[in-house]
Amino acid sequence: MAYSEKLLDHYENPRNVGSLDKNSAGVGTGMVGAPACGDVMKLQIQVGANGMIEDAKFKTYGCGSAIASSSLVTEWVKGKTVDEALNIKNTQIAEELALPPVKIHCSILAEDAIKAAIADYKKKHEG
Amino acid sequence: MKFPLYLDYSATTPVDPRVAEKMIPWLTEQFGNPASRSHSFGWDAEKAVEDARADVAALINADPREIIWTSGATESNNLAIKGAAQFYKGKGKHIITVKTEHKAVLDPVREMERQGFEATYLDVQENGLIDLEAFKAAIRPDTSLVSIMFVNNEIGVIQPIAEIGEICREKGIVFHVDAAQASGKVKIDLQELKVDLMSFSAHKVYGPKGIGALYVRRKPRVRLEAQMHGGGHERGLRSGTLPTHQIVGMGEAFRIARLEMEAENERIRALRDRLLAGFEEMEAVYVNGDMEHRVAHNLNISFAYVEGESLIMAVKNIAVSSGSACTSASLEPSYVLRALGRDDELAHSSIRFTIGRFTTEEEVDYTIDLLKQRIGKLRDLSPLWEMVQEGVDLNTVQWAAH
Repeated sequence: MAYSEKLLDHYENPRNVGSLDKNSAGVGTGMVGAPACGDVMKLQIQVGANGMIEDAKFKTYGCGSAIASSSLVTEWVKGKTVDEALNIKNTQIAEELALPPVKIHCSILAEDAIKAAIADYKKKHEG
Repeated sequence: MKFPLYLDYSATTPVDPRVAEKMIPWLTEQFGNPASRSHSFGWDAEKAVEDARADVAALINADPREIIWTSGATESNNLAIKGAAQFYKGKGKHIITVKTEHKAVLDPVREMERQGFEATYLDVQENGLIDLEAFKAAIRPDTSLVSIMFVNNEIGVIQPIAEIGEICREKGIVFHVDAAQASGKVKIDLQELKVDLMSFSAHKVYGPKGIGALYVRRKPRVRLEAQMHGGGHERGLRSGTLPTHQIVGMGEAFRIARLEMEAENERIRALRDRLLAGFEEMEAVYVNGDMEHRVAHNLNISFAYVEGESLIMAVKNIAVSSGSACTSASLEPSYVLRALGRDDELAHSSIRFTIGRFTTEEEVDYTIDLLKQRIGKLRDLSPLWEMVQEGVDLNTVQWAAH
């Protein structure tokens, strides 16, 4: 499969690999996908008092496109507010990495991971 | 070492230089049509074709008159399955095959279903081998054809062909065997085996692509309906001008295989076992398919909690297969591994290493080191590995399937 240079760079040198403390109040954790489907993404965000995403970490089990998509979104969400991060669309991810058509689902999964992480963060801060 | 390292000998093999050398004159100088009866160009080509036929027959202990040239194992399988099913349809219209067969068997059987035949696709056991009792139970009074591969292309397991042959012969059922992955790897003696039709390919045995053969038993005689009509070549079973250079190449490749197979298999087995021992120094590594009933050159192995394609990308310095070459472009895990009943996540992370004539110990050691390093990196990236380290049973997790 022919992958773009940007995608290969994210795959070879993934950014922000790791884990944050999922029990911390400021941390939102999103885990999407299933082993049976070939990809599982775990995305975590660390949200500051001002509602800014200060840090993001990921771990991904999946193809090169899935790893690159999740690596990319950790870079994108950092420095954004939670609501700004919700505006990241899978099409932007697919375009940035020039994902081949059969790999579009990886960008959808990455978008879902952001939404899941934010939902988890918001749940912690409800009421 | 020359990169990328080639460890995909079950996909195809390089043409042995001895084979290539023997082929060349038949392209440029002795270019005659073997069917030309009126001059020496034709006579020389015909002699070369017949010598090659004898070499192919010798490897499998058959009569040269039982060898029909085809374009490869796919065509041989098509001719055998469609040809026998159509010829014997008066006897019955039920075919038995196995779920882990190559597509070149499964698709012709599907085509026969479209033509009004019925088919049974046998399951395999966890080790990849068929259960003979289940096979016997699947036989019906109208079963006319059984097609079961000798050696599986993905996991390298050797099916009990001798036993299946006995059962088929006793019941008067035509038995076809796809031996594309077996020739030159396991001893094939068609005086002993009760096989009626057997498919071969040259390019899996250090011969050229585009040439294969179908063995068609003479005693007791098996008959086929031709699938290719024309000049009546190959006793009417497969018309088309014979490609002399390809045939000469296949003959030489099979001749070398007959002479060198035993020593070569021993050398290759030692390399394969070295590779396995190296991999087994890692955690959560599982071999797919039976290790005892298996060809010497195949190692199909699952690295748990690492996804297959990312692993293939990580090991781009070595040429290997994830699933079979024919399905690796799709997103589906291998249907062969699924048939073994392996967990899906294991199926996603399997790699087939196939070792061959030109593989060295140095290459094997490089591969072990590379895999250890890359698997470690991908597991550091894997949320599944992290969960397992934390003691989570992945089967109890509610996954958001997509």
